[in-house]
Amino acid sequence: MSAQAPVISCKNVWKVFGDNPKRFLKEMNSGMSFDDIRAAGYIAGVRDVSIDVHKGEMLVIMGLSGSGKSTLVRCFSRLHDITSGTIEVEGQDIMSLAEKDLIELRRSKMGMVFQSFGLLPHRSVLENVAFPLEMRGQDKHTRRERAFEVVKLVGLEGREDYFPRELSGGQQQRVGIARSLAIEPDIWFLDEPFSALDPLIRREMQDEFLRLQQLLNKTIVFITHDFDEALRLADRIAIMKDGAVEQCDTPDQIVLHPATEYVRKFTEDVDKARVVHAGVLADKTATGEGEPVDASATVHEMARMLVNDAREMIPVKQGDAVIGALTRKSALDILLGAAS
Amino acid sequence: MSVETTTLPRQKASLSNAQLALCFVGAAALMTMVQYLGGLPEWLHRLPEALVPNFAGWLDTIFNFVKDDLGLLVLTRTLTEGLEWLLDASGNIFFGKRRWPNIGPIPWTAMAAVAAIIGYYLGGWRLALLGGGTMVWTALIGQWEIAMQTMSVLAIAAPMAFVIGLSLGIAAWKYAWVDYVIKPVLSVLQTLPFFTYLLPAVIFFKVGPTAGAVATTIYAIPPMILMTTLGLKKVSPEVVEAGKMSGCTKFQMLRHVYLPSARTEILVGVNQVIMLCLAMVVLTAFIGMPGLGAKLLAMMGSFKLGRSFEIGVTIVLLAVMLDRMSKAWVVKQPEHFERGTPFWKRHKMLVLGIVAFVGFTLMSLVVPIFAEIGRGQDFSQGKALDDLIKGFLSIEWVKATTGFLRAFLNVQVLIPFRNFMLSIPTPAFILLVAAFAMALAGRKQATYAVVFFSLVALSGWWDRAIITLYSVISAVTLAALIGLPVGIIAARSKKWSNRVLLICDTAQTFPSFVYLIPAIMLFGITDVAVIFSILIFAMVPLTRYTIEGLRTVPEEMTEAADMAGATRFQKLWSVQLPLALPTMAVGFNQAIMFAFFMVIIAAFIGTQDLGQELQRTLAGTDLGKNFVLGICVSLMALTFDLTIMKWAGDKKSALGL
Repeated sequence: MSAQAPVISCKNVWKVFGDNPKRFLKEMNSGMSFDDIRAAGYIAGVRDVSIDVHKGEMLVIMGLSGSGKSTLVRCFSRLHDITSGTIEVEGQDIMSLAEKDLIELRRSKMGMVFQSFGLLPHRSVLENVAFPLEMRGQDKHTRRERAFEVVKLVGLEGREDYFPRELSGGQQQRVGIARSLAIEPDIWFLDEPFSALDPLIRREMQDEFLRLQQLLNKTIVFITHDFDEALRLADRIAIMKDGAVEQCDTPDQIVLHPATEYVRKFTEDVDKARVVHAGVLADKTATGEGEPVDASATVHEMARMLVNDAREMIPVKQGDAVIGALTRKSALDILLGAAS
Repeated sequence: MSVETTTLPRQKASLSNAQLALCFVGAAALMTMVQYLGGLPEWLHRLPEALVPNFAGWLDTIFNFVKDDLGLLVLTRTLTEGLEWLLDASGNIFFGKRRWPNIGPIPWTAMAAVAAIIGYYLGGWRLALLGGGTMVWTALIGQWEIAMQTMSVLAIAAPMAFVIGLSLGIAAWKYAWVDYVIKPVLSVLQTLPFFTYLLPAVIFFKVGPTAGAVATTIYAIPPMILMTTLGLKKVSPEVVEAGKMSGCTKFQMLRHVYLPSARTEILVGVNQVIMLCLAMVVLTAFIGMPGLGAKLLAMMGSFKLGRSFEIGVTIVLLAVMLDRMSKAWVVKQPEHFERGTPFWKRHKMLVLGIVAFVGFTLMSLVVPIFAEIGRGQDFSQGKALDDLIKGFLSIEWVKATTGFLRAFLNVQVLIPFRNFMLSIPTPAFILLVAAFAMALAGRKQATYAVVFFSLVALSGWWDRAIITLYSVISAVTLAALIGLPVGIIAARSKKWSNRVLLICDTAQTFPSFVYLIPAIMLFGITDVAVIFSILIFAMVPLTRYTIEGLRTVPEEMTEAADMAGATRFQKLWSVQLPLALPTMAVGFNQAIMFAFFMVIIAAFIGTQDLGQELQRTLAGTDLGKNFVLGICVSLMALTFDLTIMKWAGDKKSALGL
């Protein structure tokens, strides 16, 4: 994405659960599958994952339950200690951190949102949001100020003194989000934040989340089991199965070129026209004539034009510069399905 | 045997267990027959005196070593001074003992007002009425001072039990080895008769309130430990992770995340601590602690039934009040106020409480009756009630009924049963218990049964142990005969289930001591009174768990039975009862544990069992004997506990519940 060093960089990460995972991993032969490992009495939560997350990027990790996605994000924040491999956060190997430094890292750089909110039931909204600030020893006045600010940011103004049980699920998750943002983290982990919510509220929260991200531009690792959600939010998607990453790429690429049969199955029912952007279809060497389309427009957005226009090659622009052209046929194939 | 090869391995194992159990029963029966025919050598019938090891003596040596040579006594006596100071202070506040801080006694009106306001805060006007009413009753009936004597010890013992229990609970949750060490100790402690706590308390902490407070505290610690560990283990992993991600240190985690999240279980523990403390504080009357218990003991001893009854009511009211208030506290959730609500509005109840307290205290300075109800000013109807009760009991048909019951039960049922149990040779008896454990639970439990009962035999108190067991078995059997049908009938409708459950809940909060009152009233000082008091005490869990078991049978199953055309009885017999059985077994187990507890207290009525001997040791310093007796009771109770709970657990997992 960018030439900068990645914010999170993990290499060959393994997380194995069991009696003596370290020894097991050392003696294990490399070809063992997830089921082989399970037969040996161990569970491979994360299998040989190497992935980078760049600054300001939103990486969505998608997988079904038990695929290891939640385990992986917990390795990033060292809620789980990994069995082997390395994870570097801003160039620092987090496995080498002492307890004190780890706490410091979490207090200053990381925020996390949980599926079932993880709110403290005995604290009011404001006290929940101020909790991380209180833990790092900020004085009462500043932490109240900051908490008010974040509560307002997530749209819960006026509910500061409510207790979690007095709020709806969506509101509770807003509290969870506010708490994770209180310390102004650089890295934001969200573990299926909207999965426990009703479909309508989920949609609303996704919009809200995109709004926040526009505002804050954090580095985000977002976990979901919902492929549509992943497509809607992600800069890049990593699809996981049995602890391993099947494919990690942009939504367009995953939809257009699924790497494995497993990934293809997910993309089958997806309306590709809503995912694929003009920029991806553009052939940089080609040129076209007439009014260019914007690179960020989806095929779906171009649909009417594609059907009515007679040009074979349509130029694509990014900003004001033309970056190439797409063939109308390729776009129509995505819109209508390839002619057999 | 060829059939056996086709059955599943699990069934095969249980079959051979049952066969083995049957062999045991056969052998025991054979041995008993031989004994009846006079062919059994005496040393097989009962362990010869000469072979009884001097457990008591050895224990005494150990105690003396720890007490004197290791200097434990010096330590505990030092602790006693601190404790005594605390008790004196709370005594001053509650009933005006002439000690530091010399401010008491608090006027009863102030106390009643505060109780009512706390009640209102926790649970509305009903609890306010209960709180205030209890205090007013206690004062007007003329038992204020003794009630406050009891409360002053409770006010020290319960917080101590809470703090110690909480700390140990946290330790057991945090360090596996502590848990490992504590678990077996707790299960023994919970089956050890209360009298066994009393004597060491007396020896190490001086006779009187200090020993009473210590024994009470120790007795109330185990449930607090268990509830704390349970609560901490139940904290949701996401809340824990949220705490970690907020950058909590280990201490911050405990203080701000774990403990507040485990609030419900911890408060349930507090409720249990308070209830156990009250029940025990009353019982410490046996080591001369003044208060409600001592008064009740004296009144019952001189057969003043009216006064006993009044004290019983006071104890029950106090118990129900404390129970309901602490339970209301468990479910009480914080409420939020609008921004800018002034302090007095946020803390309306606190302000009101202080105002009422100060107001009544000032008023009592002017109006003496508001401070204290003096001698002769109370409304006690002891004498009249006494006459009433005795008059009722001497009505011809009442007398005839109790007389008949007493005679019938004694002559036709209890005495023959007791004699039969005593006639069984010791080894045969052990075999029978082993067979019971084997058939229900398995070999491991059978081994425990053999070891435990052999130890009882070796203790030299076999006959008394058997008499104890006889009381327990007869009382629980009779309790089951009454309690099970009541439970089954009540479970048929939701309304009646709730009513009976409410009665059971309330009855369970009564300190065990008060169960002696109706028993003595109806049956005087007899064996039947003993059985009766155990019976009503043990009936409560039996009925309660029967209802709970039956009511929690999943609806689809009863509906399926209905659709299969089952009659009401068929449904009960082949669907509901089998599914409710594991839960009912838990109730049965609790009934037995309650019975073992009560049978010892019933020694007060006059029994010939271990309890009687235990009570006798309280007068002396015979620690060794005291412990041997206590352990005997504990071992017998544990045998049943291990067996029945294992059975209930197996059944539950087999049914997939």
